[in-house]
Amino acid sequence: MATELKPRATREAYGEALLELGKRHENVVALDADLAGSTKSGQFGKAFPERFFNVGVAEANMMGMAAGFAISGKISYASTFAVFATGRAFDQVRQSIAQPRLPVRVCASHGGLTVGEDGCTHQSVEDIGLMRLLPNMRVVVPADFNQTYAAVLESYEIEGPMYIRTGRPKTPFLYDVPPKSLGRGADVLREGTDISLFACGIMVVRALEAAEVLKKRDISAEVVNVSIIKPIDVDAVAASLGKTGCAVTAEEHSIIGGLGDAVQEVAAECCPVRIGRLGIKDVFGKSGTPDQLLEDFHLTTEHLVSLAELVLASRS
Amino acid sequence: MDIQELKETAKTLRQDVIRMVTEAGSGHPGGSLSSADIVTALFFHTMNHRPDDPKWPERDRFILSKGHCAPVLYSALARSGYFPVDDLINLRKIDCHLQGHPDMHKTRGVEISSGSLGQGLSVSVGMALSMRLDKLPGQIFTLMGDGESQEGEVWEAAMAGAHYKTGNLTAIVDANGLQIDGFTKDVMNVEPLAAKYEAFGWTVRSIDGHDMQQIVDALDWSRAVEGPAAIIAKTVKGKGVSFMEDQAGWHGRAPSAEEAEQALAELKN
Repeated sequence: MATELKPRATREAYGEALLELGKRHENVVALDADLAGSTKSGQFGKAFPERFFNVGVAEANMMGMAAGFAISGKISYASTFAVFATGRAFDQVRQSIAQPRLPVRVCASHGGLTVGEDGCTHQSVEDIGLMRLLPNMRVVVPADFNQTYAAVLESYEIEGPMYIRTGRPKTPFLYDVPPKSLGRGADVLREGTDISLFACGIMVVRALEAAEVLKKRDISAEVVNVSIIKPIDVDAVAASLGKTGCAVTAEEHSIIGGLGDAVQEVAAECCPVRIGRLGIKDVFGKSGTPDQLLEDFHLTTEHLVSLAELVLASRS
Repeated sequence: MDIQELKETAKTLRQDVIRMVTEAGSGHPGGSLSSADIVTALFFHTMNHRPDDPKWPERDRFILSKGHCAPVLYSALARSGYFPVDDLINLRKIDCHLQGHPDMHKTRGVEISSGSLGQGLSVSVGMALSMRLDKLPGQIFTLMGDGESQEGEVWEAAMAGAHYKTGNLTAIVDANGLQIDGFTKDVMNVEPLAAKYEAFGWTVRSIDGHDMQQIVDALDWSRAVEGPAAIIAKTVKGKGVSFMEDQAGWHGRAPSAEEAEQALAELKN
């Protein structure tokens, strides 16, 4: 872990990378729905006002407009909170973006519970599942600032639509510098032989911490940062499962439809093994500080360790 | 084409619609027939387009927001030379490029996929702004229904079009007064449409959507309007077929062989 760097939010990386894309490419346009300050798209807006469109509180129209730009040769970045980008505008994302395979980047900030005090209306715990259901949609959940920066820069080159999820709070750095590419999207951060810990987003740090705790208990855990949930890196996931024979997944999302299900699908089809899923257990969120919520919903290092031990115990 | 030729072409489009929907055994004749005159005027008079070069950057664009009226769009595309007229009869059949609702990747000349109502105007606003950035000359003509205008997204887009002063955008409402469940005024009254568009900052003209001269004049007029222009075209659903006119039941059902025969006979006159 690149611990010497001060934590920064992934949404800040989105803002900076979008600005950089604007400088590099004239056909990049950005849209926002009255949250440009929060999503960080406003930096692009200041630098390139003629290519920035704040549509007001109208997410459905924003997705349609983003599609209109993309049809006309632009690469469009449409940002708002994850819960609105996917829930409110699902039909527009489905019909006007995903089905026509348009190069729209749905850039969703404030993913997961860590929006915090605003409570359940603003906490997005279904977005990964919704986006994963859509044919043609690429679903990316970067784990830190640098990986987000890389993902956004790389998104310019990706064909078809893409969903990029970022978060509100400052989070630790995992990568010293932005990687050149996300590759196939599953990055083994730590090798192990007893159990695989697959994580995405803010849970990757916790998976690394859990591996450290497990090591002290003579358990060798492999940590895999799955930053591309779809298309999931089947080879890397299957290879890790084949090596360790069991796994735990960890995500700031419902256990239904997200990373846990994606990994289970690979396991079911390639190498059936016991898998425990750490996530939000089919309930809505509530108000609280991000740390309180993560504790309350059991998305902590300690719970990850416990679940890993439970899976290992039930396996033998 | 002169007005008389346009009228004849509209008849051809209407006959195509009846043949296509009858052969498919399903589809949407009512709205296709109500918009046939408008679509004819666009493809055979108003729009600068090149059927042999569908992606010509300087072309005008036709956006069918009311995607269920695909039959009349396919007929106009075929009759202007985008693909063979013989293809029309395979509407909705497996492996045919003519889907039940338009698919931009399957059918030559279709600008956007559509069918979920209310999205076409949003896409058109984005497209209009994109063309402005690229300094392209084309006008965008977006055809919507009055029932469709019950979707809130239409008014989000109307707001955005006015806010961003999309002078290269013409919205046309095929106001036939009917939707699946009955008369629009009974299901959910959207009138007064003209006043609504005006209130949103658009320049509006109301016309008889079956008077070819009025249609042609309004479309030409809309090009010169500085901001976004809306044409509210009063039409009759099922226009041209006596037993389909003003009948909600003909929104989305195919005629029997006998009904089709009668419809075609009426449309030849």
